[in-house]
Amino acid sequence: MALFDVFDVSSSAMHAQNVRLNTVASNLANAETVATTEEEAYRSKTPVFEEILSREANHPMERAGGVRVKEISVSDAPITRRYQPNHPMANGEGFIYTTNVNPVEEMANMMSASRSYENNIEVMNTVKQLLMRTLNMGK
Amino acid sequence: MSNILDNYIGIHSQALQVRTKKTELLAANLANADTPGYKAKDIDFRKALSNVGTERLDRTHSQHFEFGDQGAGRVQYRIPTQPSVDGNTVEEHVEQAEFLDNAVRYQATVQFLGGKLNSLKSAFKGE
Repeated sequence: MALFDVFDVSSSAMHAQNVRLNTVASNLANAETVATTEEEAYRSKTPVFEEILSREANHPMERAGGVRVKEISVSDAPITRRYQPNHPMANGEGFIYTTNVNPVEEMANMMSASRSYENNIEVMNTVKQLLMRTLNMGK
Repeated sequence: MSNILDNYIGIHSQALQVRTKKTELLAANLANADTPGYKAKDIDFRKALSNVGTERLDRTHSQHFEFGDQGAGRVQYRIPTQPSVDGNTVEEHVEQAEFLDNAVRYQATVQFLGGKLNSLKSAFKGE
């Protein structure tokens, strides 16, 4: 029964949103990390989602696929340099490199991810109800 | 016998099939709400239902196109009111409303089917 496939689709989406939440957590945790050189500095990470195309469907339009994480893209936003000669991580010129994490962006991202996660739980719950009703048909 | 039973049950079993397909598509839309470039899909229930069980040409190869009834009951892309910059056309409120509507109608169909089966059962028993 095709309704069972909905569980796969929704759980793949939940997995993808979970990865997104993980990257948000990692970004926020590293928001105050400092480094001696620009290359060593922490850069904010974002997952890029992609639709899973099922092979069984005959026509591309007939496909109802889940989601997977295609890649984790690393932000190339500029990294701020601060003059702090007393800092233990400061380089020869007295500069430290912080991160390019934008906490406001991350919080918005986190809210969006958790809402999407909830959405998929809701879909699963509804489909479970539909399946139970179908199983109990005529009782 | 099976024909009599099919006639008795009527359109409800086909309706359930179309509802299932629609549920699947709407769930995929909601799952892909954050996928860049994803286009929301849906089917026209009325067209899809009228299409179920109609004669078609057999396809002997997976690469063959379906012949006839162009677009009728076929999956179609939804036209977004506010498409996003990344090319995604899923509007969560629209999909959620459609999903809910579809779920209720699915349950209604199940109820109709159950009622039919129950009255058939009581006819058999003759109580």
